[in-house]
Amino acid sequence: MKILVTVKRVPDPETSIKVKPDGSGIVTDNIKWVVNPFDEIGVEEALRIKEKVAGSEVVLVSIGDKVAQEQLRTGLAMGADRAILVLADDLDPLGVARVLAKLVDDEKPDLIIMGKQAIDDDSNAVGQMLAELLGWPQGTFASQVALSDDQKSASVTREVDGGLETLSFPLPGVVTADLRLNEPRYASLPGIMKARKKELKEIPVADLGVDVTPRVTITKMEPPPSREAGKIVASVEELVNLLHTEAKVI
Amino acid sequence: MGDILVYAEHHNGTFPKTTLVAFGAGKAAAAKLGGACKAVILGSGVDALATEAASYGLDVLQLDDARFEHYLADAYTAALAAIVKDKGIETFIATATALGKDLTPRLAARLEAPLAADISDINDDGTVVRPMYAGNVFATVKLEGTPRVISVRATAFEPAAKEGNGAVEKVSPALEGDLTMKFENLEEVKSDRPVLTEASVVVSGGRGLKNGENFTTVLEPLVDAMGAAMGASRAAVDAGFVPNDLQVGQTGKVVAPELYVAVGLSGAIQHLAGMKDSKVIVAINKDEEAPIFQVSDYGLVADLFKAVPEMKEAVDKLKAG
Repeated sequence: MKILVTVKRVPDPETSIKVKPDGSGIVTDNIKWVVNPFDEIGVEEALRIKEKVAGSEVVLVSIGDKVAQEQLRTGLAMGADRAILVLADDLDPLGVARVLAKLVDDEKPDLIIMGKQAIDDDSNAVGQMLAELLGWPQGTFASQVALSDDQKSASVTREVDGGLETLSFPLPGVVTADLRLNEPRYASLPGIMKARKKELKEIPVADLGVDVTPRVTITKMEPPPSREAGKIVASVEELVNLLHTEAKVI
Repeated sequence: MGDILVYAEHHNGTFPKTTLVAFGAGKAAAAKLGGACKAVILGSGVDALATEAASYGLDVLQLDDARFEHYLADAYTAALAAIVKDKGIETFIATATALGKDLTPRLAARLEAPLAADISDINDDGTVVRPMYAGNVFATVKLEGTPRVISVRATAFEPAAKEGNGAVEKVSPALEGDLTMKFENLEEVKSDRPVLTEASVVVSGGRGLKNGENFTTVLEPLVDAMGAAMGASRAAVDAGFVPNDLQVGQTGKVVAPELYVAVGLSGAIQHLAGMKDSKVIVAINKDEEAPIFQVSDYGLVADLFKAVPEMKEAVDKLKAG
């Protein structure tokens, strides 16, 4: 089967993010860029399916600047077969979903796996939007994905409020990965060597003929209101006492 | 001005607090943007819930149909999109719960509408504010055109109070498109403790607890002594100590209780994003350099394996009067 997996270039989650003084964006100097951690889980899931289902192909897609090649190479080094980079900037989530829908028309995958959210804009939206644009079913926040023996349908266990929900649907469909779906592998040295030779196709967004005019625009960025550090107490007794008499919360 | 439609999410025959927050956010939006705030409820056998929603002073649209017994993104999107169009709704609002996050982007795509996810504020000029980068950035966002779809952060708006009585109108929109998703089962986590997102006290553990067993034997006695909900850091979830539904943070649940007690967790950026709006924050950690102390009101530098049982005793004693 053919699996399409999205890979977004984002700042390392351990990086401290600062807003530019003029509020136009974030300070990008000295930021380490990585594959969105949820997308890494998506790549891993696709590779595990490929290992089970003979003749499968894993195709990576990223949308962004040319430098996103690095993150696609990381995914190729993990074991994906080829990659597509759509060169575009300043798309809103619906624009991203439209670009992906166009690629799906061309590639015709049986399954799309995406991270549940990108840890930069935190929208948690594109997977659901893409499923709707394609008229496909969706299994978001997946902690387990099971394909039927004939690979014609999927059963997805989802992390919902208050428990785990299981859905089933015929393929093709969209799955978005939650934290516990799997533990992504590291790229091996031979994997990294091989990745250099794998196909990485670049497509300018204009060539796709998709309307990506953003309807959602950020007009200003600000740092969050700061919270002052409080006092350090000497003992449990003092702590409980203060919570009772001063903070009045117990 | 067109109207605002709020999604009335319900579970087990009741509205969780997060739904009352959506009602509150809808009313706040109506006050700022104009138009009336209405609610929409989908389900099977939801007459009583529709009446209850109306008691918050909202006119209610009710879709009651056996096919809607369980939430499914494809069918619910089809129905809600039809309702939004039929009723000329300008703004659709749901709380950013697991269901709300699953539903709102799909609905936005169907309506070709702009989406703002997990917003923390609505400005007078109609722009909205939403956290990005794990809460390290608050962006002011402009949405072009209507209808628009918004999910609201559950801790950022006041829950609505009961007032007046709205009318209930039954609707039966046409459902277009292939509806292929099927509900199989829900494995509910049964707990006598308060729900994490509704509790007034939350006690969370991190990797400092060392293993899952210590969550049970060390942390839980304190959690129960305080009548609290139990949470965890992503590191503790990643390490397999506790299930993911306990995760507090950017990629888990966002909480803002009266009292948040962080035990043996360092306070990674992504964890702080899920709890720093708590009223009072307590940190217990043996590493005095841990970032959690920079946001805590009361910090105790101590070995949690000694401090937590002591705190449980002290709380018990206090409660015994």
